Amino acid sequence: MASSERPVYRNLSLGQLVAYRLPMAGIVSILHRVSGALMFLLLPFIVWLFDTSLTSEISYDRFASAFIAGIGVLPGWFIKLVVWALIWAYLHHFIAGVRHLWMDMTHSVSLQQGRSSALFTLAASLLLTVLLGAKLFGLF
Amino acid sequence: MPSTNYGSKRLVVGAHYGMRDWLSQRVTATLMALFTVVLIVQVLLPGPMGYDKWAGIFAAQWMKVLTFVVIVSLAWHAWVGMRDVWMDYVKPLGTRLALQVATIVWLVGCAGWAVQVLWRL
Repeated sequence: MASSERPVYRNLSLGQLVAYRLPMAGIVSILHRVSGALMFLLLPFIVWLFDTSLTSEISYDRFASAFIAGIGVLPGWFIKLVVWALIWAYLHHFIAGVRHLWMDMTHSVSLQQGRSSALFTLAASLLLTVLLGAKLFGLF
Repeated sequence: MPSTNYGSKRLVVGAHYGMRDWLSQRVTATLMALFTVVLIVQVLLPGPMGYDKWAGIFAAQWMKVLTFVVIVSLAWHAWVGMRDVWMDYVKPLGTRLALQVATIVWLVGCAGWAVQVLWRL
């Protein structure tokens, strides 16, 4: 431990967390983490989707009916909602990740670049989430 | 945090390194991004979407190998990310170690299941 004298801020209250106004890049950053954690927690469900969709035509039917009839006590709309959340998580994590690669490769680390690329990340991921959500819920 | 970090006092739940994680996180991410593009292109190729087309995509041996690489990359990537999360938010060392062990079990279990799906196709 080279710097054991660093100040440590712990036990922030929930009120402080909500009142703390993050800059655009900060919002993208915490959502990068939240989306990653969400996909990690739902990983068994993702592998289940992979399994049932691929293993056989019978299991494929089970996969497809999960979005209509649901799984067990969980209704179909709920499954769609969970998959929609995963779609958002994937898109946000993907675009925020590409943003990191772009910053690393082109040294685009000025305040203005950070702000505009963060805005792009949020806008692009939300727009694609809405579009794919409309497709998922059968609006087109 | 203990001020002594060697011998029996060694901190076993720290990262111990930085550059390797930084680089592996980017390499695994790039592989997954390439896989995403390859998969989307194949899904968008002409033909009705259904079991035959979907299973056909993963039936090709090169796609199996690429998918396998991505499964391993994903597990590695998620391990680095989740360990960072535990290191940031969970300070008691025993709890942190337990969560890190659980993360490894979770990821290796899911990766094994996915590999099984891939090669019984």
